[in-house]
Amino acid sequence: MNMIIKDDYLDKLIASWKKEISPVHSVSYLDQLKADALNCVESLRLPTIRDEEWRFTDISSLRATPFPRASAATLPVSDNQADTFLDEAVCKLVFIDGRYVPGLSVQTADNSITVSSLSGLTGTSSVAEQYLGRLADFQENVFVALNTALMHEGVCVIVPADVAVKVPVHILYISSRKEVTVYPRCLVVAESGASVTVIEEYVALHEGVSLTNSVTEMYLKDSARVNHIRVQRESPQAFHIANSSALVAKSAQYDSISLALGAHISRFDQKITLAGENAGCEVDGLALIAGRQLADTHTFIDHANPHCRSRQLHKCIMDDSAHGVFSGKIMVRPHAQLTDARQLNRNLLLSDRARVDTKPQLEIFADDVKCAHGATVGQLDRESLFYLQSRGLTETVARNLLTYAFGGEVISRVTVPSLRQHLEQYILARTRIS
Amino acid sequence: MININSKILLEVHDLHATVGGIEILKGVNLTVKSGEIHAIMGLNGSGKSTFSKVLAGHPDYEITRGTLLFDGQDLSALAPEERAQAGIFLAFQYPVEIPGVANDHFLRLAYNTVQGKRGKEELDPLEFDDFVREKMKLLKMNPDFLDRSVNEGFSGGEKKRNEILQMALLEPRLALLDETDSGLDIDALRIVANGINQLSGKDNAMILVTHYQRLLDYIVPDFVHVMEAGRIIRTSGKELAQALETHGYDWIHANDQVAGAQP
Repeated sequence: MNMIIKDDYLDKLIASWKKEISPVHSVSYLDQLKADALNCVESLRLPTIRDEEWRFTDISSLRATPFPRASAATLPVSDNQADTFLDEAVCKLVFIDGRYVPGLSVQTADNSITVSSLSGLTGTSSVAEQYLGRLADFQENVFVALNTALMHEGVCVIVPADVAVKVPVHILYISSRKEVTVYPRCLVVAESGASVTVIEEYVALHEGVSLTNSVTEMYLKDSARVNHIRVQRESPQAFHIANSSALVAKSAQYDSISLALGAHISRFDQKITLAGENAGCEVDGLALIAGRQLADTHTFIDHANPHCRSRQLHKCIMDDSAHGVFSGKIMVRPHAQLTDARQLNRNLLLSDRARVDTKPQLEIFADDVKCAHGATVGQLDRESLFYLQSRGLTETVARNLLTYAFGGEVISRVTVPSLRQHLEQYILARTRIS
Repeated sequence: MININSKILLEVHDLHATVGGIEILKGVNLTVKSGEIHAIMGLNGSGKSTFSKVLAGHPDYEITRGTLLFDGQDLSALAPEERAQAGIFLAFQYPVEIPGVANDHFLRLAYNTVQGKRGKEELDPLEFDDFVREKMKLLKMNPDFLDRSVNEGFSGGEKKRNEILQMALLEPRLALLDETDSGLDIDALRIVANGINQLSGKDNAMILVTHYQRLLDYIVPDFVHVMEAGRIIRTSGKELAQALETHGYDWIHANDQVAGAQP
């Protein structure tokens, strides 16, 4: 029995927004959705380590941070942030502290896809009505409920049937100052046979405390392909809580790579539903953390139909007193025969104080399936270190090279060359420090 | 090539070493001069592989007694990379696979590190590429090996060639070749042996650690040592290897008894 206790933190968050939630004149779908979600927030509470899904991740410190949204003032982006712009991404949407910045954004000249901020979506409310809030569960998940209730601006990418978008859509969320909460929202709809690459990147220009609570919903219609790359490098003091859901229809393919590099505490919940025959997904992740960082990844791959294929590789590299968490559930529903699922979680501990909690789970209710999963936890291989040292490399260089190689397996799967190079450089720089 | 006036490179005196608290080397004595090729033979477990690992500085092995001098310098005080930089090279019996590290990147990093420490010129990626491709011809290696991860998925013979390639790049003064012939077919053995011979000169020395005489058909040693129970129990010229091949290792003891029976 769950007793509802009024949650002071949630009240404060909502109170700081109430003044902005204007009285509803015409009840659009979006307004109704937000109102419904707000009702849900009021009946939910922040999870604690007594909740099974949050056992390893203590977010009680979040209570000290009921930060308001940033004021509308647009802040200039300094030159040193130029490296976050990718050569290939002719289409980019830039948000600073949760506000869409048209001046820094570039819309594709190609009219084949619709890319708009969420505020621009209200005009085409049928799209919102059809998709927004339908995948991300705001009834049960307090963070999704908060995001849905308080979202202000977000991105909507709609790729019409049989259109292959050659260049990636780059969505850049810049946190320019501390003590701000942002609620990024992203909706992607790939119609039948469409294909697109979407990059969601979170960066910070400060090192203070901030909170990101993001929600992404992706719809892949029959034979669509979506390549979803997520790069989280928030401030070392930041909280980053993200939910991403994908609904993958018949013969569609959803590939995602998620990188957790920043934030003090980050939590990423990813749900993928293989909802049609021959649907597939490749779900890769890398957490590279140090100091007292915590990176928690929860994935749920739902084989809801026969003949679907899923592949998952999740790696964690933890230095100092960092703490990694991985919980990966694969569900094979009773009629999902001929499912082919494989999951591997590999963890590298670089210090005696680093810690990882891993929970791979297979739940199989069909009898003719091919499923495998595994998890490893280890340190750098002594023989490999000695081999490199015997060729003249110092122990530090040898350790960094092996650490880099461990993470490189995931990085190498990033299909956007300039982003891959940025990430390689970033990780090389990180491993040199450790 | 024995030359009485050559400089002494390696001086091992009464070397004792343990691994996991168990003594494996129990008093090894050996002197190696520039230009010489030595073979250390012995049965499995005699301590010959341990000896090469101790020389290269493997952290699992501890020297408990004796001295180990390389070019007059106490080796036991040096980290493995310092020994490599000073000119010691170990060709591994089982080269380690390192997924995710490109072979060309690794080779260039090793080459430039060692060159830098020796006060010599380092090469940029393009210069190095030309340089390494030239060295690869010596071992009849396919340039594709540069793009692959270090030793990953290499056959036994390919791994051993990659070892000798590293030796060719790092130009050691003392090369320790641990069972380099194992796992090689006859063609690969010939190529590898030919590579080693070309790298051998008056300013460097080699120690071939081997179980069989086969490699010594291609690389002719100046000295053959037999190791047993952590000691070198017999030293002779190249004919010793031939005798061992013909008569087996037991022959040494039979021979000792006959010799001992003489008045």
